[in-house]
Amino acid sequence: MGRFPRFGVPLVALLLAGGVFAASTIELEPTGNDPDNINSLQRGAKNFMNYCAGCHSAKYVRFNIIGRDLELSEDQLIENLMFNAEKTFETIQATMPLDDAARWFGQPPPDMSLMARARGTDYVYNFMKGFYLDPDSPTGVDNLVLKGTSMPHVLWELQGYQSATFVQDEKEEGTTHFEGFETVTAGSMTAEEFDNFARDTANFLEYISEPIRSTRRVLGVWVLIYLSIFLVIAIMLKRQVWKDVS
Amino acid sequence: MARNEAEIGTKKSTFMKWIDDRFPYTETMKYHITEYYASKNFNFWYIFGVLAMVVLVIQFVSGIFLTMNYKPSSADAFASVEYIMRDVQWGWLIRYMHSTGASFFFVVVYLHMFRAMLYGSYQKPRELIWIIGMMIFFVLFAEAFAGYLLPWGQMSYWGAQVIISLFGAIPGIGEAIVEIIRGDYSISDITLNRFFALHVVVLPIALLGLVFVHIVALHHVGSNNPDGIEIKDHKGPDGVPLDGIAFHPYHTTKDLVGIIIFLMIFSAVMFFAPDMGGYFLEHANFEPANVMATPERIAPVWYFTPFYAILRAVPSKLWGAALMALSVLAPLFLPWLDRSRVKSIRYRGPIYKTALGLFVISFCTLGWLGMQPAEGVYVVMARIFSVIYFGFFIAMPYYTTIDKTKQVPDRVVYHG
Repeated sequence: MGRFPRFGVPLVALLLAGGVFAASTIELEPTGNDPDNINSLQRGAKNFMNYCAGCHSAKYVRFNIIGRDLELSEDQLIENLMFNAEKTFETIQATMPLDDAARWFGQPPPDMSLMARARGTDYVYNFMKGFYLDPDSPTGVDNLVLKGTSMPHVLWELQGYQSATFVQDEKEEGTTHFEGFETVTAGSMTAEEFDNFARDTANFLEYISEPIRSTRRVLGVWVLIYLSIFLVIAIMLKRQVWKDVS
Repeated sequence: MARNEAEIGTKKSTFMKWIDDRFPYTETMKYHITEYYASKNFNFWYIFGVLAMVVLVIQFVSGIFLTMNYKPSSADAFASVEYIMRDVQWGWLIRYMHSTGASFFFVVVYLHMFRAMLYGSYQKPRELIWIIGMMIFFVLFAEAFAGYLLPWGQMSYWGAQVIISLFGAIPGIGEAIVEIIRGDYSISDITLNRFFALHVVVLPIALLGLVFVHIVALHHVGSNNPDGIEIKDHKGPDGVPLDGIAFHPYHTTKDLVGIIIFLMIFSAVMFFAPDMGGYFLEHANFEPANVMATPERIAPVWYFTPFYAILRAVPSKLWGAALMALSVLAPLFLPWLDRSRVKSIRYRGPIYKTALGLFVISFCTLGWLGMQPAEGVYVVMARIFSVIYFGFFIAMPYYTTIDKTKQVPDRVVYHG
């Protein structure tokens, strides 16, 4: 065997999974999340730990920081969120071993610590909602936001399965654009319930991508108040000193 | 009051006398601060010199604290930045201060340079101040470029890949130069380590030295002013320029107001929009460097984009790189390209005003084009504005000669 097959196959798999085709012109639906809504973030944390953290790590995020910011006690953390962690200062690790994941999916599921910041909150929200049936895919589904994703439709129990309609573009031949989704089999949630589920989870992902966000905004107000007072004094000082300049 | 002002001003303690016999402390303070006379009619544009000093201090202080926690290795760099952001006490503030400071450094320096173009500050006898200033600008470019690799994100990696590979366009020795810069056959741990050394040791020292020389040269010649008049031509009987006022306390108290307003704008960005919509901190840089996956679009940070647009406007790699280098170097020649008899825009004719306006438009548009994909109408636009950019410099000896200038007054214009 030459060099190409050995290096080529994983490379192609990686490129397919890694979003070479992410340059699609799909318009993202705004998430409409409220990063200051603690309840939504708490629900998002629960969703993430129950449905995502089996495969996705968030290796820079510590449980005790989540507890502090989301107003959860140590006991609440241990009982509701820390399924594979012992101490509250530990970070969120995926339950699935990375090596196995890489073999099963072509690449390990990406870390979620910064996903919302790198791709945008709307991206993760639309990604969670964007799975549709595709018989050509090894997982049986494809994703509208990330074509060729190697991720299976993990949330099928909640959302059910949907199909996507693509129509022929009038202007350019051979290209299609997305028209809409149609429910094939219903899940345990209504469309609205699932939207809220995805919104809370996206909200949580936005929070963990920059846990300091609310702190800096509060501090920033105080800094600006301080500087405003300082500014008045500085202007008075300047006027006093410049009195004799004519 | 027991002591009158003259007494306070002249009476030296024995301690100060002891110091001054051994080190020119009082003399230096007078020469550079309390008896350095600059025109009293400085306007808005004259704040950016001192602001550049403020940002320099911000970058040094925040940089020192970052260095205490950052790990310059390809395995740990990205994680150590997140460690700073999440686990280090006030680490997020230090990091945002440094990243916001990097962008504001260029905002301030670009406006500082534009001030020089508005009022002919590069003209005789201030050519050397301008040249030293341009050298500061080049070092700042290198400093920013080296610093951008350190977080080891996707844009750090691929941006450096693109820019370093440009040196490969130099005929004959290009590939050798590229290898020397990278220290490897591709960007790697070795590159990261040497960029770290450059970013925290070599370039900051060069920067400090050049800033020192910049100010020494400025204080030797004296500051220009919005009228472009030499205030030293009209001195009082005490030898003090009639239109000049001491740097301290006059300009210092005025600058303090400007500095606080600047800090308010700086804080507003740092606390409420540290990403600045992806312009100050690029989104793709929140993904760790991945050698196997090229990002869809590689865009340098905003302060490099005008020159990057010129690079991409040229179909050949060699000539693109050459023109980009030339576009960065071009302002260096301004003191000799400008043949006008007047310095300030106030007394220049309509041709120079139009030319400068077109230059500003082309610079900003090129900056925007550098962030767009290099295709279709964008390339055509980049070519048109590149021609205008270079045209401003090339045609300058001609249009500044024929331009109708106004009579320059004897003394500076000042309305209390």
